[in-house]
Amino acid sequence: MLSARRLLASLAVLGVLIVLWWALVAVTRSAIFPTPWQVVQGSGELIRDGTLWAHIGASLFRVAAGFFLAVVVAIPLGLWMGWMKGAYTALNPLIQMLRPISPIAWIPIAILWFGVGDASPIYLIFISSVFPMVVQTTAGVHTIERRYLRAAANFGVSRYTLFRRVVIPAVLPQIIVGMRIGLGVAWLVVVAAEMIALRSGLGYLIIDSRNAGNRYDLVIAGMVIIGLIGLLLDSAMRYMERLKWVRWRYAH
Amino acid sequence: MRTKILVDQVEKSYASDKGPLRVLDRITFAVGDGEIVAIVGPSGCGKSTLLDILVGFDRPDSGSVRVDGAELTKPSAAGILISQRGSVFPWLTVQENVMFGLNGQAHGDKRQLADHYAAMVGLNGFETSYPHELSGGMLKRLELARALVVRPEILFMDEPFGALDALMNLRMRNELLRILAKERHTVLLITHDVEEAIHVADRILVFSPRPATIQAAFDVPFAHPRNLTSPAAQELRAAILRELGVEIYGG
Repeated sequence: MLSARRLLASLAVLGVLIVLWWALVAVTRSAIFPTPWQVVQGSGELIRDGTLWAHIGASLFRVAAGFFLAVVVAIPLGLWMGWMKGAYTALNPLIQMLRPISPIAWIPIAILWFGVGDASPIYLIFISSVFPMVVQTTAGVHTIERRYLRAAANFGVSRYTLFRRVVIPAVLPQIIVGMRIGLGVAWLVVVAAEMIALRSGLGYLIIDSRNAGNRYDLVIAGMVIIGLIGLLLDSAMRYMERLKWVRWRYAH
Repeated sequence: MRTKILVDQVEKSYASDKGPLRVLDRITFAVGDGEIVAIVGPSGCGKSTLLDILVGFDRPDSGSVRVDGAELTKPSAAGILISQRGSVFPWLTVQENVMFGLNGQAHGDKRQLADHYAAMVGLNGFETSYPHELSGGMLKRLELARALVVRPEILFMDEPFGALDALMNLRMRNELLRILAKERHTVLLITHDVEEAIHVADRILVFSPRPATIQAAFDVPFAHPRNLTSPAAQELRAAILRELGVEIYGG
């Protein structure tokens, strides 16, 4: 009941915005800026000729590859840095320095190193999503309550058991938060990365639609689709927060 | 009675802004095998510091702690600590928590043993529950089961039932006594609750304010189940409270 009302409220806001948009385009008699209906027609065109799915597939593939590599690197690195004081002292300044560099700034170097194929955007996605995950995982280890580590020490468990039964499960909620942030950034970056020189992906669709004859209906269609997929990805990550292994963190 | 724990001239200071802060001042006492000893004292007197040293989480500045004659240098499952805040793992189920300290056995055996101890503390039917689904009293039972299952020789209890309401506190004391009658453990109980000490302990040590010294010792010569309202118990309570600087009248 409540969620239905919430949905209604957000749909109402969306509706008002679309009406406003439509009215503005009509009043200003813009020749270039499309009406919502033109955007819908443009999207239909993309769906019919099949290019939309190819673009979505290309973007999702790059995000999946870059994000997967980032997860594989970030989680062990974050655990290691969180657990070993020496590793933290040695690596944290470097990470804190690399972290604020915008992925856009990496574009020239990515092109230099990886050319203009899939590897460049994958690298850019990796570099942008790896740091939030390292930072979250490390912080997760640092905030494990001492009473749990002491209890484990009291029972004299092996290092393996300590990691498997205490450290990893204690940090898992934070890891998932890090993954959610990382995936959000990855999706943000793929579009920018694809605007460079590739011939596929949603970022390419947007730039190409503008360049090939000011098709702003397709530009906006691309933007809306990016937003919707971003929403879906975030919902999927939120769903992970409800898994039984991490639910304890959100109880009470 | 054979000596289980020997605390010999234990001293401990901590660094503070105003120089070293002496917390424990040459504490010496022995605990017999199977004995239940309670330590009462004003808050902040260093009881928990002493317990940290006895469990092996901390080392004394000087003096020694011997368990069965051997110097204690690190924590071990021979002496399990149960503290007021508790430390059951919120990410493990009741059964997984109880199994935590068990090793070197087949998984099935561990589970059977865990279920046995869960049932002993009255948690049967909750094996697959998570701690956040349990009440405060049940969490204490779970913590007790997790400790008992590894068959510790010593239970160190630091205000174990302090966070519970008065009724649940009483119930847990009875539960503890029922279990201790069945499974003999040496127990060192720290509490600020004199009545709890008289209810449970064989002997009560009264600590002075910081730096802690042993100010007085009382035997509790009452058979279980104890009548806490008997004149003798009331008299003992008044005597202990007097040591703590509280005078009660009309006794």
